[in-house]
Amino acid sequence: MSPITRGFRRREPSGDDSRLPPGQHLVGGFPVLSAGPTPHTPLDQWTFTIDGMVDESLRWTWEELRALPAEPVHCDIHCVTSWSKLDTEWEGVSLDTLLDGVATEADYVTAWCDGGYTTNLPIEDVTDGRAWVAFGYDGRPLEPEHGGPARLLVPHLYLWKSAKWVRGITLRPDNEPGFWEALGYHQRGDPWQEQRYWGD
Amino acid sequence: MDETMLDGNAAAGDFQELFAVEVTQMVGVCAGCGLTGPLAEAHMFSLAPGLTLRCPGCDAVLARLVHLPDRTLFELRGLLRLEVS
Amino acid sequence: MRAETPRAITLALDVPEWPGHRAGQHVDVRLTAEDGYRAQRSYSIASPPLASVLEITVERLEDGEVSPWLAGEAQPGDELELRGPIGGYFVWEPARGGPLLLIAGGSGLVPLMCIERLRRAAAPEIASTLLVSARSQEDLIYAEELSEGAAVVTYTREPPPGWTGYARRVDRAMLTEVAPPPEQRPHCYVCGPTSFVEVVAEALVALGHHRALIKTERFGATGG
Repeated sequence: MSPITRGFRRREPSGDDSRLPPGQHLVGGFPVLSAGPTPHTPLDQWTFTIDGMVDESLRWTWEELRALPAEPVHCDIHCVTSWSKLDTEWEGVSLDTLLDGVATEADYVTAWCDGGYTTNLPIEDVTDGRAWVAFGYDGRPLEPEHGGPARLLVPHLYLWKSAKWVRGITLRPDNEPGFWEALGYHQRGDPWQEQRYWGD
Repeated sequence: MDETMLDGNAAAGDFQELFAVEVTQMVGVCAGCGLTGPLAEAHMFSLAPGLTLRCPGCDAVLARLVHLPDRTLFELRGLLRLEVS
Repeated sequence: MRAETPRAITLALDVPEWPGHRAGQHVDVRLTAEDGYRAQRSYSIASPPLASVLEITVERLEDGEVSPWLAGEAQPGDELELRGPIGGYFVWEPARGGPLLLIAGGSGLVPLMCIERLRRAAAPEIASTLLVSARSQEDLIYAEELSEGAAVVTYTREPPPGWTGYARRVDRAMLTEVAPPPEQRPHCYVCGPTSFVEVVAEALVALGHHRALIKTERFGATGG
């Protein structure tokens, strides 16, 4: 039982608490969290791939991805380390656009990234307008420290599912635990059910 | 240069829960590239859901640590060998 | 509690059954708020092993979690949670010999000053060179103590008026002028922000110092 430290409290701006999932607090900045060094893939070498349970893998170069219809995304984001940011503005290509016309029986996807990070999601959590490949944040190109040139954005789940430096998704029949899911973190990660860890 | 990156010195306190000998006094061998060196010189990333130690040569994950509410999980797959002298 | 600079203070800690420590080690300090929120940071021990009082020096970081409390709110008699001493790599004792080359960036000076204080007290015959990089005179920790010795200071942002010493980041040329040559096989300890440590360690290697004799400890820019 830790002793209470007199006069110590967390720093936090005041804000609209009612929009916060349980156990979250607002932050002013945009914390940079990473499990490794920031990758720097040149755009002329960058591709996004959809493979796995598909008849044929699909691949887009950066130009091809940017030529697809993109849309603004206005959302709140919630990190499992307990900070949240409300009303963030992104721009990206919906995964529905990328999966348009793709026939698959996959129940799950694994997103994989430069630097080796992976995360797993049920396929219904990345379809029907719930997920994007995001390349813009706050009206500007996404910064490398925040996942640029492009990251996965799945705002209805904890932010560790919004894989930074995403390079592709693999469609699979099974739920293969990703980088953090293999070491204690919840397979799905719904902040409103506080699904942070195994067994939550 | 990632200013948020530290080194194995900063991981020593957390790894005390697992090892009787301090992690900074161990020499590790990277299972990825074979680089051998003191774990104190491993690159540490801990502004994250967990702590990650990476090989300073090839960036492969050497070890990870996650604090859950009721227990701590360790993964050491990236270390081919640990030496304690 | 003792102010070292406008932003840094040294705190004396009374730890029951403190086992003693080695120069270069650190402690992990954890603070707990009433709502259960906890924050933890590592701080190098400033007092040498033979001193009667355990001391840490804390620099208050603007957006820090723990340092604003330690270097702003803490009062004598306050209780905090501490783990340590920690560190078996970035340590020195007289038995290891010398000469010593201690290169500090910002608050990286704390563990190196601990080593230097131990050397002065227990093995003054071992030679040491202390090179300290600070942004300005206001940021220089232990300024008075440093001026009593032969430390070399370089200011990277704002040298004091009339300053005739180094006024730039540590580089190979400076190390060539200040450091013992590699043939003397100095034990090198480099501590400070990550980018500082990387630049200095590589410069030492480029000058011919053996990697095995260079020990590094990186402090985070966001630590605090």
